[in-house]
Amino acid sequence: MSTLSEFRKDFEIFDSGEYVYFDNAATSQRPKQVMEAVSEFYRTVNANPLRGLYDWSMEATARYEGARKTVADFIGGASTEEIIFTRNTTESLNLVAYSYGMANVQEGDEIVITVMEHHSNMLPWQMVAKKKGAKLVYLEPTMDGTLTKEEYESKITDKTKIVAIGHVSNVFGVTNPVKEITAYAHSKGAVVVIDGAQSTPHMKVDVKDLDCDFFAFSGHKMLAPMGIGVLYGKRAILDKMDPFLTGGEMIEYVTREDATYAELPHKFEAGTVNAGDAVGLAEAIKYLQKVGFEAIEAQELKLTTLLMEGLKKLPYIKVFGSEDPAKHCGIVTFVMDGVHPHDLSSVLNDDKVCVRAGHHCAQPLMQFIGAGSTARASVYFYNTEEEVKIFLEKLSKVREVMGYGA
Amino acid sequence: MELKQLYREIVNEHNLHPVHKKTIENPDLILRGVNPSCGDDITLSLKLDGDIIVDGGYEGSGCAISQASVDMMVDQIVGKKKDEAIKLAGTFMGMIKGEVTDEESIEALDEAAALQDVAHMPARVKCAVLGWKTMQQMLEGGAEVE
Ligand SMILES: Cc1ncc(COP(=O)(O)O)c(C=O)c1O
Repeated sequence: MSTLSEFRKDFEIFDSGEYVYFDNAATSQRPKQVMEAVSEFYRTVNANPLRGLYDWSMEATARYEGARKTVADFIGGASTEEIIFTRNTTESLNLVAYSYGMANVQEGDEIVITVMEHHSNMLPWQMVAKKKGAKLVYLEPTMDGTLTKEEYESKITDKTKIVAIGHVSNVFGVTNPVKEITAYAHSKGAVVVIDGAQSTPHMKVDVKDLDCDFFAFSGHKMLAPMGIGVLYGKRAILDKMDPFLTGGEMIEYVTREDATYAELPHKFEAGTVNAGDAVGLAEAIKYLQKVGFEAIEAQELKLTTLLMEGLKKLPYIKVFGSEDPAKHCGIVTFVMDGVHPHDLSSVLNDDKVCVRAGHHCAQPLMQFIGAGSTARASVYFYNTEEEVKIFLEKLSKVREVMGYGA
Repeated sequence: MELKQLYREIVNEHNLHPVHKKTIENPDLILRGVNPSCGDDITLSLKLDGDIIVDGGYEGSGCAISQASVDMMVDQIVGKKKDEAIKLAGTFMGMIKGEVTDEESIEALDEAAALQDVAHMPARVKCAVLGWKTMQQMLEGGAEVE
């Protein structure tokens, strides 16, 4: 683990040693290499990619397209035509909902999602269902967050046109059986969209092996800057889709009345692209590969185990999801008896411990588990056992601060 | 005041042992106030005699700051005239937003003035003002009259 402590030094935000940052599921921190890569792009080759016929622009294009190749390889050898840069998962999912969903879902069809979805993978489908007169069908997990075969096989039917499902729940941390669900959905003729926002930072993803039709994720949860995200889509499907946004950069020919669109993936990247942050994302991917997913998973498991064991000793804490730390992907969502999560988070903040409190953009799931809001601690590979101890120590004092005799 | 001290000295008492968390008989005004992003949810009831607020109560749930703030607010306004209560709401919200700082105005809030330091906790401003905002809305005519 000594190498992990070396890696931690790359994250300058931790230099002061003041804060325990346990809100990694919301956004990760970034190592200096990523920030340097972005800065280097702007300092040395900045020009509008894909436009100019001079050195800088050509170099900017090369870096941007190089980043695309890095992303394509990272998620399992997709082709670069299948990688569309967006701002984030939310934009990627909206792209699919508008360009694919609105064109292919008809009245009486069904769209299947789960009650565990982040609002980003829920509202776009609510929109399509409403506008098209389709039915939105919800898969419900068991209380430990498991989606059973009976559940998805009974709700994915011949009427299902789209199945949109989170790879890892941002509340339970559970990894859903997306490969099995994809195979079943395909047997029913449905297209499968996976929200990979919470999986991509923590595990090796292989879109070819999953065989999903679309896969969306955000750079900012995996060491890259905010404002760069990815949509993977199968080429045959992307080819047939209309653009989501139109304008510059995504055209071939334009006349006064009409236009033909650029080839994939540029058809879906209207306007000046976020090349600097795409370069940052590529650097983040290289960094993650240097750390290695094996080391990442091992450290997260160690920390999650410690965390959950510690929480178990506090009788007034209830943890959601599986009892098994290995099924949490570093995410531990909990409530404290008698203390509202917002108060809990504010009191911890007084001790410089950062945890999330609220509905985690998953209000239907909060209703499902019967909690108005919850607190969530989420760790990443750069967190330490020492930090877990501080967190548990501070947490054990919260009820006293809130007026409950020790 | 530090946050922990604020909880210990002011908020906890009203949160754990509220005086006005109850239904009142024959209320004239009822209004629900919600902070959707944090889940604070209160329903405030007031009884009026002409222009005077003669009784008040609330139900609901939420964080300690939101609940304690409503409890203190009801304490303040029972016995006051409608326009006095509306004026106090303006003072309270101004104080929490850091816009009203003169001691004289703030003293008028009595115990509720203790929440002044929430002005330095931007994430909790919504919690502190929920009760006051709801009361102001209902008295300015936005409430269902039963
Ligand atoms: C499961 C899941 N889906 C989608 C999102 C949305 O990501 P973004 O805000 O980067 O679009 C998040 C992150 O908040 C998430 O956890």
